Amino acid sequence: MQEQVSKKGIWKVIGASSLGTLIEWYDFFIFGSLSIVISTKFFPSDNPTAAFLSTLATFAAGFVVRPFGALFFGRLGDLIGRKYTFMVTLLLMGGATFLIGCIPSYESIGYFAPAIVLILRLLQGLALGGEYGGAATYVAEHAPQGERGYWTSWIQTTATFGLFISLVVILVTRFFLSEAQFDLWGWRVPFLLSILMVYVSYLIRKNMDESPEFTKAKKEGKTSKNPLQESFGNKYNLKFVLLALFGAAMGQGVVWYTGQFYSMSFMKTVMNLDSDQADMILGIALLFATPFFVVFGKLSDRVGRKWVMLTGMLLAVLTYRPIYEAMYQVTNLSNKQEVSSSAADVSQRVETAEGYDEVSHIEKTYSDGTSLKTTTTAHYLIDGSPKNNSEGKNTLVKNTVHISGGNYVYLIFLIFIQVIYITLVYGPIAAFLVEIFPVKIRYTSMSLPYHIGNGIFGGLLPAVSTYLASNAKMAQDPSFYLEGLWYPIIISAVCFIIGALYINKNMVAKDLN
Amino acid sequence: MESLKKILGIVWIILALLAAYFCIAKFGLPKILSGHQEDVVFGIIILFILTPIISCGLAFFGFYALTGEYHKEKM
Repeated sequence: MQEQVSKKGIWKVIGASSLGTLIEWYDFFIFGSLSIVISTKFFPSDNPTAAFLSTLATFAAGFVVRPFGALFFGRLGDLIGRKYTFMVTLLLMGGATFLIGCIPSYESIGYFAPAIVLILRLLQGLALGGEYGGAATYVAEHAPQGERGYWTSWIQTTATFGLFISLVVILVTRFFLSEAQFDLWGWRVPFLLSILMVYVSYLIRKNMDESPEFTKAKKEGKTSKNPLQESFGNKYNLKFVLLALFGAAMGQGVVWYTGQFYSMSFMKTVMNLDSDQADMILGIALLFATPFFVVFGKLSDRVGRKWVMLTGMLLAVLTYRPIYEAMYQVTNLSNKQEVSSSAADVSQRVETAEGYDEVSHIEKTYSDGTSLKTTTTAHYLIDGSPKNNSEGKNTLVKNTVHISGGNYVYLIFLIFIQVIYITLVYGPIAAFLVEIFPVKIRYTSMSLPYHIGNGIFGGLLPAVSTYLASNAKMAQDPSFYLEGLWYPIIISAVCFIIGALYINKNMVAKDLN
Repeated sequence: MESLKKILGIVWIILALLAAYFCIAKFGLPKILSGHQEDVVFGIIILFILTPIISCGLAFFGFYALTGEYHKEKM
């Protein structure tokens, strides 16, 4: 059956599946990338109920709902088929994203606005939970024997590329609009654009056939009657689900989040790098590293999935601290020679709704081309008295570092290495997960460990790392900025040991071979 | 190698207990008791969703390893 799928046919399958999955990741990331604008429009921080809904929208969609989506749509995919299920997830995701772009702000409709955003965000999480497993399974079941790693690796590029596209769409929208226009209505454009992309993807997917392996199983009456029971109530299969989670998906989740999100947050908050510059550096690194998903996917067809994935984890364990130390030193101004004549001080008064702000800038340049802009904003009420925040201060100091030349290229290289680790662990994982579960419960069984590994272990990274770093800072540890890395290092190390010992090379589900 | 897999089962069960301790005592309860609404939501998610998944999952994995379910012949 598999051998009957022509090369042209499989490219069509890859194109249709990847485009849809890419759009789903784009839709999911666009919310995160625009979270600051969204919070001002829908979740005003001075309103506790809105802030509560905001927290739910952030955590629930990322952590809780994705595994439920995996169970719900996985079951559906094993009962009625892969094609129809991932069509539903695509439309659900696209519809929810489009509607987020249409919701009137909190000022217009009050509590309805954050409540609707929360519901739509939960639908996005559910859809994402169902989409990935369907697309990976669909492609793998079309792929010729011995080439599953190569063909499914195209699906693996979509998560990284989806993040890249979301950054590009936002940058382009910002480029064509003024700051005021973007704040007023421009932020809606990336959300509204989604519906066009989803419609195109829907048209392409609509004409695709069901996967050959599922069609064959259905014809022979070998599909599951109760996928959830057979996946998690059956000891033999459950032990593979647990092995997939603790021996592969858990490490993949933290390596993925560290390379793509922790690195971005580290550049912006610890290194104080200019936000646009940090986005650009990450974008360039993603662009150069993305082809390696396919390289390592193909390599896994030759040497097996296990050691390609585990190599990525081991490298992460051994090198994360030196890499982040090197990143930190790029903007460590105490090691740089200041060009003393370059200091400039500009002050201005900005009227606000409650009074006025006095904003002053001091700019310093350094001999290697690095510049530091210190912006001090002092808040005052109309009567001239200081407007204090919850800490009793009325002054906010923000340092922004701008780098150039060799430092810029070096930082891209350091991020690029981390994305390479992602490609090592993530490139072959779809093929690995697909192959260890039998056709009849594949969609359900593979989706859950993937989304727990990625969503929960990966999603916890910012919270746990921040906790570790702030504890180290309070203890006056001079290298506190590296302490947050213990979370991905320990999780990857445990995952490496479990994977190395318990996963057999070329492990496949029994009823397939 | 098969004996090592079995012995390490005990390590995974201990790790599951440690994970449960950290999730409950270090993250979950302090967040819930902090009084900040944002922390309370996070604490509830950690305590009632993440802790059972992580620690029960790892404990089951350890138990299966200890009872030889990951022996080559049984895979």
